[in-house]
Amino acid sequence: MTASLNSKMFNIDKVRADFPILHQEVNGSPLVYLDSAATTQKPQAVIDAITQYYSGYNSNVHRGAHSLADKATYVFENSRKQVAAFINSPSVNQVLWTRGTTESINLVAQSWGQTNIGEGDEILVSALEHHANIVPWQILAEQKGAKVIPIPLDSAGDIDQGAFESLLSERVKLLAISHVSNALGSVNPVADMIAKAKAYGAVTLVDGAQAVAHLPVDVQQLGCDFYVFSGHKLFGPTGVGVLWGQEALLESMPPYQSGGEMIDTVSFDGTTFNGLPFKFEAGTPHIEGVVGLGAGIEYLNALDRDAVKRHEDDLMAYTIEQSEACDGLVRIGQAKHQAGAFSFLLNGAHPSDIGMLLDQQGIAVRTGHHCAQPLMNTLAIPGTVRASFSLYNNRDDIDRLFAGLAKAKQFLL
Amino acid sequence: MSDNTPFGNSITADDIIETLSFFDGWEERYKYIIDMGKEIPSMDPAAKCDENLIRGCQSQVWIQHKADGENLIFSVDSDAFIVKGLLAVVLAAYNNKVPADILAFDVENYFAQLGLLKHLSPTRGSGMKAMVKRIRDIAQAT
Repeated sequence: MTASLNSKMFNIDKVRADFPILHQEVNGSPLVYLDSAATTQKPQAVIDAITQYYSGYNSNVHRGAHSLADKATYVFENSRKQVAAFINSPSVNQVLWTRGTTESINLVAQSWGQTNIGEGDEILVSALEHHANIVPWQILAEQKGAKVIPIPLDSAGDIDQGAFESLLSERVKLLAISHVSNALGSVNPVADMIAKAKAYGAVTLVDGAQAVAHLPVDVQQLGCDFYVFSGHKLFGPTGVGVLWGQEALLESMPPYQSGGEMIDTVSFDGTTFNGLPFKFEAGTPHIEGVVGLGAGIEYLNALDRDAVKRHEDDLMAYTIEQSEACDGLVRIGQAKHQAGAFSFLLNGAHPSDIGMLLDQQGIAVRTGHHCAQPLMNTLAIPGTVRASFSLYNNRDDIDRLFAGLAKAKQFLL
Repeated sequence: MSDNTPFGNSITADDIIETLSFFDGWEERYKYIIDMGKEIPSMDPAAKCDENLIRGCQSQVWIQHKADGENLIFSVDSDAFIVKGLLAVVLAAYNNKVPADILAFDVENYFAQLGLLKHLSPTRGSGMKAMVKRIRDIAQAT
């Protein structure tokens, strides 16, 4: 019995109570928030951490000669330690703050890519990727005379592993893939793909934006060179994200932006740069964002992660079960493992109609191409309706979704 | 190009304000909006070209125009029902009007009276804001 007193808990009612935004009416109905793949809601602990920062110790980090600056710096750097532990980074210095997943990828494309990608090189991405993991590589490839090659999907929405292996060669300098697809929720076998790409000497980048809130992430186990994610999809604030990289690679890369903090010495004869991680952190950082992200990770760590995973898997299984009883619903993507997101179409109706009719009933979903136009083109659809879950959703939310869809159907016959 | 839409002809903006004011619940309002959309004739597939496409919408929205004397005649289409219904609301205000009347029309106030102002937000993705801008640009250039 003492063991259970000490162990971490997951109680859905308590968790829901921790997220103040969930307890409101939208368009006259209690809010059902099924858009966590766009951004997760924030627990009170994160909101409090930001408030406490501004009301208690707002100060610039690393610079001040006073106590408030010391405290701000301590909390700021402690968040970096929390992120390092969260993804099992061997060193804290490998965790760089960025504005989010998109900036992390752009940093790698511009800093690592400019020095390491050349004419005739190939960059492999999957056909599932978010535009943020396609376009920076396209721009780089155009500048360098390299090629971006999409790895096709099978009919279920999984990356076609046979096709992937046949695309691998010594020309492939980079594999950039998502851990979990934002549009379809497919969980990709990234560790396996990384090992295969590394056998050809490729550098590997994993877009973990949709994974961090759902799956345990261990960068050492994955074996990737870069892992990137956004704070706001991990219960933290918008505007802060993480670039994790192998230390030797980060050391070898030139600075991405220049200014304060990233500098060691400056004179008009020349400038030397600070070491990791500061070399890549020019200017005053998003301190409140970093503080809030630390609080978000602390919140998640205090829960029983296995129980959270079981809860989310149950929500996905329940959604799939309900969807099979919903006439006219067509699942888009039936990957072997799905996390977080469930995409579908209903009776051939345009996703935007379904989204507006659900919104009128207080149900928040995302509709459209989910910034994955190449994927939608592959599937030959204009977009999907995407219901995406987080740990604060419950079966009532799913029941409300399907009741809302039943009502929407009456409008669109 | 089809001219036989009732919106802006037999059905005016005032008619729509009056009809929508009868409805209490969102369900009746949205059913009515969708039904209005169904009364807009489909655009000729050849006219659904890039030039007539309004970008930045979640659904695809097309507009074409021609002059009839001093008046501007618009034809519109969308692949989404509610958006097409909202286009009927827009047409009721702008179709078959002279450019000066189009430019003088207070569309924010109109959508506010209809309880549909959120659809004019640039972030809504329904494309009404972009559609209204296109219509005003056409009127300005005429």
